[in-house]
Amino acid sequence: MSTMNLTLRVWRQKGPEDKGRMVTYKVVDVSPDMSFLEMLDVLNDRLIVEGDEPIAFDHDCREGICGMCGMVINGVPHGEQRATTTCQLHMRHFNDGDTITIEPWRAAAFPVVKDLVVDRTSFDRIIQAGGFISVPAGSAPDAHSLPVQKDAADAAFDAATCIGCGACVAACPNGSASLFTAAKITHLGLLPQGQPERDSRAKAMVEQMDAEGFGGCTNTGECTAVCPKGIPLSTIARMNRDYLSAK
Amino acid sequence: MHYTVGEPIQDAKAPEGPVEERWDKRRFAAKLVNPANKRKLRVIVIGTGLAGGSAAATLGELGYQVTSFCYQDSPRRAHSIAAQGGINAAKNYRGDGDSIYRLFYDTVKGGDFRSRESNVYRLAQVSVNIIDQAVAQGVPFAREYGGLLDTRSFGGAQVSRTFYARGQTGQQLLLGAYQALERQIAAGTVTMHTRHEMLDVIVSGGRARGVVVRDMVTGEIETHLADAVVLASGGYGNVFFLSTNAKGCNTTAIWRAHRRGAYFGNPCYTQIHPTCIPVSGEYQSKLTLMSESLRNDGRVWVPKTKGDSRPAHEIPEVERDYYLERIYPSFGNLVPRDIASRAAKNVCDEGRGVGPGGLGVYLDFADAIRRLGRDAVEKKYGNLFEMYERITGENPYEQPMRIYPAVHYTMGGLWVDYDLQSTVPGLFVIGEANFSDHGANRLGASALMQGLADGYFVLPTTVGDYLAGAGDFGDIAQEDIEEAVGQVQDKIDRLLSVQGDRTADSFHRELGKIMWDYCGMERSEESLRKALELIPELKKEFWARVKVSGVNEELNQALERAGRVADFFELAELMCLDALHRTESCGGHFRAESQTEEGEALRDDDAFAYVAAWEWNPDGTPVLHKETLEYEYVKMTQRSYK
Ligand SMILES: Cc1cc2nc3c(=O)[nH]c(=O)nc-3n(C[C@H](O)[C@H](O)[C@H](O)COP(=O)(O)OP(=O)(O)OC[C@H]3O[C@@H](n4cnc5c(N)ncnc54)[C@H](O)[C@@H]3O)c2cc1C
Ligand code: SF4
Ligand code: FES
Repeated sequence: MSTMNLTLRVWRQKGPEDKGRMVTYKVVDVSPDMSFLEMLDVLNDRLIVEGDEPIAFDHDCREGICGMCGMVINGVPHGEQRATTTCQLHMRHFNDGDTITIEPWRAAAFPVVKDLVVDRTSFDRIIQAGGFISVPAGSAPDAHSLPVQKDAADAAFDAATCIGCGACVAACPNGSASLFTAAKITHLGLLPQGQPERDSRAKAMVEQMDAEGFGGCTNTGECTAVCPKGIPLSTIARMNRDYLSAK
Repeated sequence: MHYTVGEPIQDAKAPEGPVEERWDKRRFAAKLVNPANKRKLRVIVIGTGLAGGSAAATLGELGYQVTSFCYQDSPRRAHSIAAQGGINAAKNYRGDGDSIYRLFYDTVKGGDFRSRESNVYRLAQVSVNIIDQAVAQGVPFAREYGGLLDTRSFGGAQVSRTFYARGQTGQQLLLGAYQALERQIAAGTVTMHTRHEMLDVIVSGGRARGVVVRDMVTGEIETHLADAVVLASGGYGNVFFLSTNAKGCNTTAIWRAHRRGAYFGNPCYTQIHPTCIPVSGEYQSKLTLMSESLRNDGRVWVPKTKGDSRPAHEIPEVERDYYLERIYPSFGNLVPRDIASRAAKNVCDEGRGVGPGGLGVYLDFADAIRRLGRDAVEKKYGNLFEMYERITGENPYEQPMRIYPAVHYTMGGLWVDYDLQSTVPGLFVIGEANFSDHGANRLGASALMQGLADGYFVLPTTVGDYLAGAGDFGDIAQEDIEEAVGQVQDKIDRLLSVQGDRTADSFHRELGKIMWDYCGMERSEESLRKALELIPELKKEFWARVKVSGVNEELNQALERAGRVADFFELAELMCLDALHRTESCGGHFRAESQTEEGEALRDDDAFAYVAAWEWNPDGTPVLHKETLEYEYVKMTQRSYK
């Protein structure tokens, strides 16, 4: 496959107070084997040398696991490729001559910091509210004193794979953090270790989610469709059950 | 670059007596701080990976006033999150003959007799508690149908002692530590600063008393003061530019501490991981690891004939060279990392490599699929296969994977004593940032173990002992604070004022290439001298031509990178110097001049059974301090995996 020439329309915003706007850039000779972020690296190198500021974007592991990256690409958080974070998206899924729009996560509880970088500390505060099992270091019994059914362990694992990226919030018409919150409640709630705090955890986390300004869930399912880790909607039903039984 | 030899390090502070009693002795001898005083004592922890996250959470639980920093937007994103394969522990749940002693023995031997017996024994002891702790926190380790924990054998071990959570063990362990940390943040014992980068240590009255950090959103330079400082800032593999580390991994925290008096231990010990996805082009920004567990079922091969460019499936069985199975019949595809990496390099150097530029070897699952069925293979490795396909566009169920070695881990790091304290009193170093425990080569699944051992169990005891004396620490001199802030400000101003014509990344890439070519998998006097000639030239060019756009007072990623690259330049020189002075081969450090007739690493125990601890010298001539290593329990032997 030969190289591509593309037009990028990128959201540029100097800071939280700035109004922001779309800016158009041309990129040429893009290799199909490049990752999406490598394509932006090449553009940024050019911008820096020309004395412009590079497009700010968050990223770190570039392996789809740290949850740091995230952009709305052509209207879809992390782009149209299913189960793929922005950093794992490769240019072979685009065609020569394409125009690609790139925007930050947009949600009331994720204010823009700069360009494509948003503030997701609200997620940490939801975890602070109860997303843990209280067990100080050194106080744990032998690991085999508490067998866990394989099914429960596997299901807990599936929910625990959430990377905290926030795509679910960006995709939700209500800007709800239900999928993220439910993933943690499900992970811990399925394990025997998580039972003592199960109800209080659900209550505290859901209330924190509301306090942060995330919207409510109306079951549109947009979240799970974009979730790079495929966290299922059923976790939300579980969260609601735990929340109700806690009230 | 020259160096001088200084006083040897006489005492690494490990207690005397039988190795299995040393940690108990140390714990018992450690002074305790009463709970009311703990609340008044401040500890700074840099980094929220497995080491820093677990340390900050535990210190918070104990009642200290902790301030924690990371450069990402959330502590959950530290690079530990990317670890795939697993974590070792001497639980012997399998009854397959494992024990604390065996894990100790394997780790000392795997480290090619360049680590401290006392430290390694403690690590093996504590490994058992880590699994208990993680399970209690809700870490969803893999389980068997009976509900008990599953294990696998990993990276050259002949027992099954590696606990895992599918291919995401690091993620799950880190989330456990992160959640414990968030719990302490909510409890008010830990104050968290995300998007803050530590740029210097404040040393006053001969003790580490604080740090200078930059708020990466506003650019503000802040100072934070404390009674002890803990560095848990991870490894420096990114000095090679291309590595399996996250993009932000850097050496700044430990390098700045080094410049403030902390010795740097064995900087040249680098681990090159054999199974990574090969480079695809000039724009490559990082390399992706394919878990080593793949070598349990995948078979490594290249064509027998040089330059054979047929697709893999057209090369008949008899024309394939399963070189690991051929050269190392008893370990086969499971030889340790350094051996597997060098073997891959050798066959590629012979012109038998596959894929772009001939820099790749096959890792083939055809036999495993035939033997176990596609479903079983998918169950075990499905997510890794998907990851491979996402990156390369090739389907590993149908054609063999292509892999090549890549820089993965740095065994070197700041020198610490048995208490994990550096040569600057009050400055502790844990996790990959220190040099301890792994010697010249780290065994698979042992970094997670070490990070959590340090953070949950070792450091909280030893820091307490140090802090018990806090009454005598004295005031922090204002001029020491101002001097550190001045240095930081000055460096930023210099970076912004060059206004040249090349990006920091372009210099970093070039530096990385020098390191890979001349201080990589195989090193020689000639190559290292070459590197030591090229690096200072490039560094000079960097300071004359680097272009950083924007200003300090904003989120400025160009400035962040330039600052890190500047420190990598200085570290790179020390790595090459260390590699040059160590004329033996050991573990991941392979000197072409020192090999057996069969091409294996040849140690020189008479001359080099020591830790090289380097002291910074402002005049540019580092001072080498040697800590002699003695082996009372594990007999020094030449490693053999044939
Ligand atoms: C792809 C991959 C797979 C791996 N798989 C395994 C495995 O299966 N088993 C195993 O045992 N090991 C594995 N390892 C190695 C292991 O993951 C690491 O050695 C270990 O996680 C390091 O943990 P750490 O806490 O020391 O540092 P890290 O997790 O790297 O954390 C560093 C922290 O320091 C912070 N930091 C750094 N610099 C600064 C600064 N200047 N200012 C402020 N904060 C700073 C960062 O924000 C971060 O929070 C793997 C490594 C890689 C790269
Ligand atoms: S639920 Fe999915 S989309 Fe939402 S934060 Fe977690 S991984 Fe991201
Ligand atoms: S950069 Fe880590 S998930 Fe994308």
